[in-house]
Amino acid sequence: MNAIIGQPVSRVDGPAKVTGHATYAAEFSLPGLAYAAMVLATIPRGHVRSIDRRAAEAAPGVLAVMTHEDAPRLPYKQIAQRPQVDAQSGEQLHVLQDDQVRFNGEPVAVVVAETLEQAVHAAELVRVEYARSPAVTIFDAKQGRPPSESNAKAGRVPELGRGDAEGAMAGAPVRVEARYVHPREHHNAIEPHVTIAHWEGENLTLYDKTQWVDNDRKEIAHVFGLEEGNIRVVSPFVGGAFGSALRTWPHVTLAVMAAKRVGRPVRLELTRRQLYMAVGFRPHSEQHLRLGADKDGRLVALQHDVVQQVGRYEEYAETALSPTSHLYQCDNLHARYRLVEMDTNSPCPMRAPGVVTGVLGLEMAMDELAVELGMDPLELRLRNYAEQDQQKGLPWSSKELRACYETAAERFGWARRKPEPRSMREGGTLTGYGMATAIYHSDRSGGSASVALTGNGMAVVRSAASDMGPGTYTSMTQVAAETLGLPVDHVRFELGDTNLPYAPVHGGSITMASLGNAVVAACQAVQGKLASLVRAAQQGPFAGLAEDAVVAREGGLGRADGTGPAVPYAELLRQHNLGWVEAEGSAQPGEETKKYSSAAFGAIFVEVRVDELLGTVRVPRMVGAYDVGRVINPKTARSQCIGGMVGGLGMALEERAEWDARFGKVMNANLAEYLVPVNADVPSLEAIFVPNDDRDFNPLGVKGLAEVAICGVAPAIANAVWHATGRRIRELPITPERLLG
Amino acid sequence: MPEPSQNFSLTLRVNGAEHRVAVDARTTLLDALRDRLHLTGTKKGCALGQCGACTVLLDGRRVVSCLMLAVMAEGRQVTTIEGLARGDDLHPVQAAFVEHDAFQCGYCTPGQIMSAVGAISEGRTGSDDEIREQMSGNLCRCGAYTNIVAAVRDAAAREG
Repeated sequence: MNAIIGQPVSRVDGPAKVTGHATYAAEFSLPGLAYAAMVLATIPRGHVRSIDRRAAEAAPGVLAVMTHEDAPRLPYKQIAQRPQVDAQSGEQLHVLQDDQVRFNGEPVAVVVAETLEQAVHAAELVRVEYARSPAVTIFDAKQGRPPSESNAKAGRVPELGRGDAEGAMAGAPVRVEARYVHPREHHNAIEPHVTIAHWEGENLTLYDKTQWVDNDRKEIAHVFGLEEGNIRVVSPFVGGAFGSALRTWPHVTLAVMAAKRVGRPVRLELTRRQLYMAVGFRPHSEQHLRLGADKDGRLVALQHDVVQQVGRYEEYAETALSPTSHLYQCDNLHARYRLVEMDTNSPCPMRAPGVVTGVLGLEMAMDELAVELGMDPLELRLRNYAEQDQQKGLPWSSKELRACYETAAERFGWARRKPEPRSMREGGTLTGYGMATAIYHSDRSGGSASVALTGNGMAVVRSAASDMGPGTYTSMTQVAAETLGLPVDHVRFELGDTNLPYAPVHGGSITMASLGNAVVAACQAVQGKLASLVRAAQQGPFAGLAEDAVVAREGGLGRADGTGPAVPYAELLRQHNLGWVEAEGSAQPGEETKKYSSAAFGAIFVEVRVDELLGTVRVPRMVGAYDVGRVINPKTARSQCIGGMVGGLGMALEERAEWDARFGKVMNANLAEYLVPVNADVPSLEAIFVPNDDRDFNPLGVKGLAEVAICGVAPAIANAVWHATGRRIRELPITPERLLG
Repeated sequence: MPEPSQNFSLTLRVNGAEHRVAVDARTTLLDALRDRLHLTGTKKGCALGQCGACTVLLDGRRVVSCLMLAVMAEGRQVTTIEGLARGDDLHPVQAAFVEHDAFQCGYCTPGQIMSAVGAISEGRTGSDDEIREQMSGNLCRCGAYTNIVAAVRDAAAREG
């Protein structure tokens, strides 16, 4: 049997997706389904003075109008140990529990009707009078305060460092200092957030857009004081999420309350505009960097302050200092992380949360240092290559970043770059080359899977995992197929249902490193179980043999000594009158985090073309080389990388929430005014994987892919814009008005 | 003048089949397809005509079904993603999307494919630049654009 891991297998769920038969959360058809629409607050802070619901209640088709005046008081039990996806301190939003308004866009009423049109119309008829209180709607970095103790414990530390950064900076012969601004960004997955809540007696089923069904169930159990066993969450397909569906948002609670009230299944789908208020976003951040180097370009001091916005009712924080702590060798480091409280909905993880921000500042500042030194930016990175994680004092479990630099630079043609800015001109078009490093720490979490071998020759592998797009269905199928020795089309992977074995969160690039190893364990467990059954049998080819005499091979079982043919699983099941045999397996992180630091790496090279008169930036090509450990499926892995490049392009040139401080709200809450990349923005993207296999991190040798793919793209573009124009734009996005201003 | 909430009973011709459906005057073609006919392959992304996820063919031309009222579609031929494959045989554009991994999450995909089918039949896929331009009304937040261009180029060549 040829290796299946490492093959560019086409997505196993591809035919379902291209024919429209993949069922996303909104699309479950339930008899008697009613439709909900939310009414959102229009002030940034204050309270509801009165609500006139009469017109809404009298409107055709309306089944219920619910506000804080008549919503049930919910227990909102605390989760003993908050999951990492939740805000780590403060009080999560208690929806419709009082008259307070904590941010513009907080739900103040929900309307349920027979049809969507009736619900939307009636929601517009609800009249709400507010009393406004003074609100903090302007980001002031000087107001930054350290994150809470609970966030610090969860790794979002207020300070970190080593050596004497202040003293070494004072003595550094070459210094650069700069401030960078990264605007509030929104995930804008094309599928809106949506929940269908369906009560049957005491049992609740949720069809929900979520990256973590098990946690969704736990959150709702705590909010309502229900037993987890009475709740089922179903989410087989997720139409993109990028972090926005990691945690359970208040609209899920609303849907559950509404369904209880009307005694029918209820669907609550957020409108595109509501997605800017009713779920999270990447917080606005400002960062200040000082880099000190000797004349050979070796970093002698590094100071990095990051300040981010946070909501006031709960505290979400990020690991923005992580890249600075270990990307480069530097003996003297001080980094500080602060939060500015504002009256806004709570931010949340968005692809490479915190890290993409930290990498942006660090990699732009490194480019500025290269200019100051008169050194090639790539050479500067190589001179400061970190042979170990200096902050943790641990070796890397693996690091092929040098190979990434070499491979991508060669493929890109970096050697053709003329060092001087504005030196590569064709008519009115200025060409620039820029590069940056990408890093994202690799994590693992515990998870389980089950495997059933069936009489028709199929293996059914199950886990409550998620696939928001990276290809979990396909890559897990490959892992199982290779372990079982079966062809890919004899394996079916099922996910997205709390009835299946526990899976960890589908985020932070941990899915394969965590659950992939559980799938391997489950496959081995079912092989072992079948072997025990056939050895214990009275007859058959393996009857009475010792435990170590029967092994899995060639899609079945065979004698360990290699004599005799391997017998396929299905034939063994038939011989022993077994319908199927099933076993579960799990995998947990081991001692590796004590021995090693693990991260995925990348090197991004981009070309930009800037119209000197119009200030428009085009990106004709990008080349990225990545060390992500072992690659299970190069086809889907490549798609993740080019997707990260497109996301980074949006971050660099297009994306920004336009904030109206008078009302504390996003003004461009739609896809025509919040700009995201379109097809014509993206001509040529190339992703290369350098060979690696990180068995010191986990048995499968993978490191994680989704997050690292977006890190480094925006700074590489910004650096290329400097090279093209001689203008250093330190606030994203790099728009024509900023380039011409 | 009829009330906006007045029910209309109309016949929608979708993928060659006739469906009697009750809608109100405000029901979009998109919501009629998804919630009344349970043809959920056509996706709702923004309901504002900005993302292209709801693209269908109306008498062979590309339209965003969220900006069209259901009552306006009466008597016209609607083709949705469910109407492309013949049994298990994928339409060439569908097959090319799978082959070139022209999607990740798959949510924008039906709209992308309907746009591609329309653009190819209109003869507007003659170069990569033209494909990029023609496909720029369909947002893909997973960023599969270069793969989408490869898929459309491939399918156009096979059909041509």
